Parts: sequence; C-alpha cells; structure tokens
Amino acid sequence: MSLLEIDTVTLRFGGVVAVNQVSFAVEAGEVFALVGPNGAGKSTLFNLISRFYDPAEGDIRFAGDSILKRQPHEIAGLGIARTFQNIELFEQATVLQNLLVGRHRHRRGNLVNEMLFTPFVKAEERRHRAAVEKVIDFLDLQAYREKYIAGLPYGVRKVVEMGRALAIEPKLLLLDEPASGLSVEETQDVAFWIEDIRNQMGITVLMVEHDMHLVSSVSDRVLALADGKTLALGTPQEVQNHPAVIEAYIGSSENDEKVVA
Amino acid sequence: MRTVFKTSYDADINLFRHSAQAGWYGLLFVVAAALPFLLDTFWLGEFTNVLIWAIAGMGLMVLVGQTGQASLGHAAFLAVGCYANVLLQERLGLPFILSFPLAGLVAGLAGVLVAIPTTRLHGIYLAIATLAVSILTDDLIVIAEPLTNGVVGLFAPTIEIFGVEFDRYATPARFYWLVFAVAVLIVLVYRNILRSPLGRSFAAVRDSEVSAQAMGVHVARTKAVAFGISTAITGLAGALMGHFAGIFNNETFNIIISIQLLLMIVIGGLGSIHGAFFGAMVVALLPQAIAISRDLVGEVLGVGSVAIPGLETALFGAILILFILFEPMGIYGRWIKIRTYFQLFPFYRRDMFRRQKSYLKTERMR
Repeated sequence: MSLLEIDTVTLRFGGVVAVNQVSFAVEAGEVFALVGPNGAGKSTLFNLISRFYDPAEGDIRFAGDSILKRQPHEIAGLGIARTFQNIELFEQATVLQNLLVGRHRHRRGNLVNEMLFTPFVKAEERRHRAAVEKVIDFLDLQAYREKYIAGLPYGVRKVVEMGRALAIEPKLLLLDEPASGLSVEETQDVAFWIEDIRNQMGITVLMVEHDMHLVSSVSDRVLALADGKTLALGTPQEVQNHPAVIEAYIGSSENDEKVVA
Repeated sequence: MRTVFKTSYDADINLFRHSAQAGWYGLLFVVAAALPFLLDTFWLGEFTNVLIWAIAGMGLMVLVGQTGQASLGHAAFLAVGCYANVLLQERLGLPFILSFPLAGLVAGLAGVLVAIPTTRLHGIYLAIATLAVSILTDDLIVIAEPLTNGVVGLFAPTIEIFGVEFDRYATPARFYWLVFAVAVLIVLVYRNILRSPLGRSFAAVRDSEVSAQAMGVHVARTKAVAFGISTAITGLAGALMGHFAGIFNNETFNIIISIQLLLMIVIGGLGSIHGAFFGAMVVALLPQAIAISRDLVGEVLGVGSVAIPGLETALFGAILILFILFEPMGIYGRWIKIRTYFQLFPFYRRDMFRRQKSYLKTERMR
C-alpha cells in the first residue's frame, strides 16, 4: 500500500481544468518530485491534498484511507505537513512561536487547564519546546530563535517554514518550491536537509520544484505535469529525456538537447 | 544591559524573564495595592475606573490584538455582563460571588453565539457586523423593559461578599481592592493564554488563516473561543462598571463606548497587556485632565471656567490621529523604545524599530 495515492483526480475552476485525471502514488520513504511549467497544476495538487479544494472527480488516499471526508484542519493530525510557495509564516510572532504552532496537533491541554497553566500544561510546554529545539538544531536556526519573522531575510524564512512543517512530526512532508529564490549555497543546504529528512527522520517527501538540478540530485521519482495532465513519470533522468517533457518546456521535440529547467 | 543566561526551557515559560523583572512587577503590585492609603477618595475612584476600563480593554485585546478580529460591538458585551450580574442578584437572589462569574459566563456565551455567524467575515465587514450587534443590544435593552426596566435603567445593589460590603461611595478602598483583585486575576489568565498553545493558535489565526489550518488549527473554532474569552472578560468589566456607576440604562453602553474601547487599545498598543492599561489611563483620566487644565487656563487668563462642548471627543480624536501617524505601536511601543534606549545606551539607533512598523492585519480588505 502506498503512503499517498492520487487516484484519477480532476479539479475545475469554472471552465479551466486545473488538474485533469491525474493519478500517481507516493511510496513510504521516497522523495517524489512534481515538475512542470507554471500553471501545470502542481501547487493545486498540494492544495487538494491539504483539502483547501474539493476535487470534482477522483479520490485521494493517505495510508489507505480517503482524506476527502476530512476537514482541512484535520490533515496535519493525519501526519501531512506542508510549506507554501509564497511563504505563509506568522509574521508578528517569533521563530520559536512559529515552530511551536507546528506542535498544535500534539496539543493535549484544554481551554481550562491552559488558562490556569497547570503543571500538566507546563510539562507539555517543556515537551513541545524540546521537540522544537531538535528542529532548530537540525536546521541551524539557533541564532534566530527570538527574532520576529517580520524582520527576517527571505532565505531564513524559507528555512523557518520548513522547520515549522517538521515540528508537526509528519509522515509525509509537502514542500512547495523549497529552493525558489535561494542562492546556490542555500539550495545545496536544502538538498542535504531533504536527504536527512528522508534518511534520518524517515519522513516521505513530496515536493514541487523548478530547479532540475536539485530535483535530480535528491528525488527518487519525478512526475512531470503540464496543463493539469500527466506527461511522464519515472526517474529524474527518464523524465528529463522524455520527448513530451522536452516539448512542454521548449515547444518542440526536434532538438534532443537536455534543456530542461 | 542585562544578559539573561537561560539554563532551562522554563526561562521562556515562566511568568517573568528574570528576577529583576519579577521585582519591578512586585513593586508595581505593592504600590497599586497601597493606592487607597496614598490617594484621596476622588482619585481612588478615578483609578478604580481606570482598572475597570483596563479589564474591558484586556477583553477586547484578546480578540483584536491577539486573534486579529476587529470588533466595534464590545459595549454590547459590557451591557450583557452588567445586566446579567444585577439581574441574577435581584431576580434570582444570587450573591455577588456567584452572579459575577456567571455574568462573565453569560457574556462569553453571548460572544460565542455572535461569533458563529460573524467570524466568517473579515476585516472591515466583521467590524460592521459587530457594530450592528452593539446597536441591536441598545434597542433590545429598551424592548426588554420588563426585565431591564428600559430607558429608566436599573440600580446596582451594594456588593456583599460573606458579610463584607463593597460600595463605591461607602467603602471606596474595599471597592478598589475588589476591582484590583479581578484585574490581577485577568492579567494572570491572559498571560497564561499567551504562553500556552491556545494563545499561539490565536496568533496563528491572526497572521495567516491558511497556514494555521495547515498546522491543524480549527480556524472557526479558534475564532469562536477567542470571541468567548474576550466577551467573558468584557462582561466581567461590565458587571464592575454597573456597580461603579450605581445606576445604568441602555445609554450607558452605547455605540460610542464600543468605539472608545477599540480606540483605547490602539492608543495603548495592540497585542500587549500593557497596552490595555496604558489605553485605559488615557480614556479614563482624559476627562479629568481636561477639567484640570480648563480650570488652570481659566485662572491664568482670569476669565473663570472655560467650557467648550465636545472638547473631550475632539481631543480624543486628535490623540488617536497623532498615534496612528507617529506611533502605530501605541504607548506601549513608545515605552519599549524608551526602555531600549536606556538598555543599549549609547548604542540605540533611530532605525532600530523601523521594520516593526505594522498595522492591524484586519484593516486590510480581503
């Protein structure tokens, strides 16, 4: 059984078919990448998995169970964490507080004991903090712990958002363009982190990424999309050399150069 | 400058960051508790009023400052708390010690009921919807005359807790201590909310609903909880306001009070407990400041007392405009800057807080 199964999913916005009969399965323990030109439906697929949209047709299953009957806020509880293409952090809060919000699915206190801040809640806070500190150490965010997001540079925000998703302790991590806007060095860091996330933490990664160098260096399998339709599925090399993919990117299949990205 | 060496996670969880901070707040507590011995009856009454406004301000701050939901209708919940408290005492014969928390509960439930339909709205539209609630409540009080005595209003009885009387005029010191105790309790609860997952979920909803949802925060429920806590605290302030005023009717909690409450926390500084207290001082002491300066001006010019109608409202508006232009973070923001100046002396730079210039998120149209 695959960890995540997208089963002939279709989504329409009025007359536009954003996702058209797309099917694929992400196996536990792999790094799976979605590539394709702008408007291909990659982020829309993420939003479907996050339950921000209802698909017109098809089914999405996580660990064998359909998630279509779940509310958007229940998705994190299942163990699916995500980042956003245009960073969606809590601007007026510190890095630490942002990461702690990621612990929300592990909240065990209730309204009353949190208002009284009972010893139980205090112990819970220590537990959450310890978990968050692990993420901070992993992503080297020590220097930014007490800083407000509103004043942080773009590259750090990207990392904080990844950290917040990791604080959820997910089974599946959805990364929406983790390297967009990052420098070469920062992109390299992201590549190492993705490998460690998979190998050390045992988290399956599904990512959308335009940087084909990053995609081919970290991902096991790649799915290419264009105009909401599946073009090719396979290893990074297979997909890069696939005639339909090359045509989608440069408009013609006459030239056999690997000019993908 | 103080460098705090954190040796355990508790340093970030505890109420006070370091012992010196605890000492300063302890001193503030002692001075506030000793006010009845330091002030005459008139000024003690004024400070009681400040504390009641501060409690109401903390109520609204939970909603606006913490959760980012604008409300122009909080006078309605002051009214609910006030009427519930007095009616529970007069009609059901409950003692104050029961009617007071129940009044908060009733106001909280009323807030949740209002929140369920209105929190689907954002920003200015939510403000308009809550404004409507405030106006409706004014009318409802008049319509429900058998219960509320309509425009004639109700008298608040003298508070009695286990045989000890608390009355604004007969025992002003005791009444002040009662209000002070409630204020301290609310501050503690507020702080606890801020340092627990609940407070973080409020901030998450304020800053980004979409990613709050992706983190597993139930946005609609969180907003309803925020409304409930906010209106419960406001209801408690309303109950105290009723006892402070002695007599009240629908006019006591009109729409102007709602607007004044919102302006108060903006002037004080959105998103902080300090802001509620600073704002309350401005709102509650401004009329006295005007009266005193009016007498002074009259004496100096030798023209007797000068009375300018509408001066208070105009001054209040002017202060608000000046704050929004020059100090959007409110009095608390200015206080932090002054404090930082001395902490870092002589290394303070003028641009240090430039990035933090921010506006209430709900002001944006969505």
